[in-house]
Amino acid sequence: MEQVLFRHNKPGRPVTFAEYQAEGGFAALKKGLKELSPLEVQQAVIDSGLRGRGGAGFPTGKKWSFVPRDLPGPRYLICNCDEMEPGTYKDRVLLEANPYSLVEGMILAGYAIGCEHAFIFIRRGYETAAMNLRRAIGEAREAGFLGRNILGSGFSMELDLHVSAGRYICGEETALMNALEGKRANPRSKPPFPAVKGLWGRPTVVNNVETLANVPSIITNGPAWFKGLAGIPEAAGMKLFCISGHVRNTVCVELPLGMTLGEIIDGPCGGMLQGKKFKACIPGGASTPFFTAEHWGVPMDFDAVAKAGSRLGTGGIVVFPENTCMVAATLNLTTFFARESCGWCTPCREGLPYVREILTRIEAGGGETEDVEILREHVKYLNYAFCALAPGAMGPVEGLLRLFEDEIREHVVKKRCPFKN
Amino acid sequence: MSNAPAEQTPTEEIDLAAANHIIDKYLTLHGNLMPVLQGIQDEYGYVPKPTIDLVAERLNVYPSQIFGVLTFYAQFHLKPRGRYIIRVCVGTACHVQGASRIVETFFDKLHIGHAETSPDLRYTFEKVACLGACGMAPLAMVNDATYGSMTVQKVEQIIADYNQRPMKK
Repeated sequence: MEQVLFRHNKPGRPVTFAEYQAEGGFAALKKGLKELSPLEVQQAVIDSGLRGRGGAGFPTGKKWSFVPRDLPGPRYLICNCDEMEPGTYKDRVLLEANPYSLVEGMILAGYAIGCEHAFIFIRRGYETAAMNLRRAIGEAREAGFLGRNILGSGFSMELDLHVSAGRYICGEETALMNALEGKRANPRSKPPFPAVKGLWGRPTVVNNVETLANVPSIITNGPAWFKGLAGIPEAAGMKLFCISGHVRNTVCVELPLGMTLGEIIDGPCGGMLQGKKFKACIPGGASTPFFTAEHWGVPMDFDAVAKAGSRLGTGGIVVFPENTCMVAATLNLTTFFARESCGWCTPCREGLPYVREILTRIEAGGGETEDVEILREHVKYLNYAFCALAPGAMGPVEGLLRLFEDEIREHVVKKRCPFKN
Repeated sequence: MSNAPAEQTPTEEIDLAAANHIIDKYLTLHGNLMPVLQGIQDEYGYVPKPTIDLVAERLNVYPSQIFGVLTFYAQFHLKPRGRYIIRVCVGTACHVQGASRIVETFFDKLHIGHAETSPDLRYTFEKVACLGACGMAPLAMVNDATYGSMTVQKVEQIIADYNQRPMKK
């Protein structure tokens, strides 16, 4: 199978600068800066159909096009590497194997939007990834790929690594900008959108690691090639999937978008662990509603997964076997989100702990029939929160109510968790 | 979650030379508060009260603003912490692989709870989610060392190992 991001991977160690270049790395940068205008780079990314790999799936080139070109003064590019959602570890695997695709992609993205200073906002604890990036940035600078007048094109860009002080909310793009500015990472209201008024009040683009790392291959091989990588005509490109839970191989793999959930679990994951039967999974990170066996044939692409009632999200799949209590699994997820609420707005700060308490009570056998309705109302009300954290946190709760209402009611009727003896 | 600043002893005696050195390094950087505080946290193992006043004065920000930042982020601590920080992941992938048993075993063996530090300052224990290595669940870390596929037996081995290790850095 063709690999794009994992093409340069070496067993047990990161690829070196020399190897990456010998294998065609930084060719896209040379082509982009010497042969293409910034608008042509942007157009190639628009035509490729590349969508954001960080969870929301927004078309990347379109996001770039919102940056006003005629405004004097600085513009910023930020790579969001604050990967903290339970079940998601793809960016870590990518950067531990190869930091160069990201660096190259960022220079091309910076060129497209006219950015002179870019940042990588990396999660604390990703030590190996941060070390690789520091080395890669240094090597790129030495080779003349960063700094003043890159490759004689007249385009200049600096790239800095910022290590987060650690909070899940920093992954929200406006909160991330506050964190970079040295403030509490509360989200900002949108509009104005970051593309117009972002970091230090300047036009800013925030993209995920995997998104930016895909850019060089699009410039080298063309948008049509990238589009054609996907398994179904509606999708575009490859996607990193990281699978955990009760499968035989818990792996992070690069697969064509549009492979079905069943093909992923039976293929690269080698099926379920011996003696385990598939019950459900989180299809795309902690904030996505569950999939069950009835979703086995759903093509894993943004639109198809959305049509099936969930979100492709980050591609972080957590597989639950038959004896998993879905109330307890949802409680685990809600506990995470309740703790990580930044406290800025009331629906999230008060609503999430309330949902957590209700789920705790149901799991402990003290649930009431009306709790189901209260949970349902919260799924509705938490959509009115200030940012996407609380609506995301309600993803699994919504899935629990839609797919496993019987299981909740069984807890209530039996006054105990039916999965515990 | 950090502890309330009020619990701090007011007459803390701290050598501020290292903190001054860190501030010097970032003095002209745009958005320097975060790297300065991170540097202090790394240097002292926590953020001592006198360094907050120093940073406030030298970077021209209110101490309240600094407290706001310090109490927001997981990295910062206002009290001294253990020489060895044990983190056990209780994220969803670790949860389904039995993380709670690993947490309880650490509680039993170390006699300290979540976010607590042993009186001899050897250990601090934390439940965290998510460490981003779901493929190795259940997962534990001691400082920067990662321990995957944790079992009760491995908990005992880890504690026996770190009991022997030096207290000095």
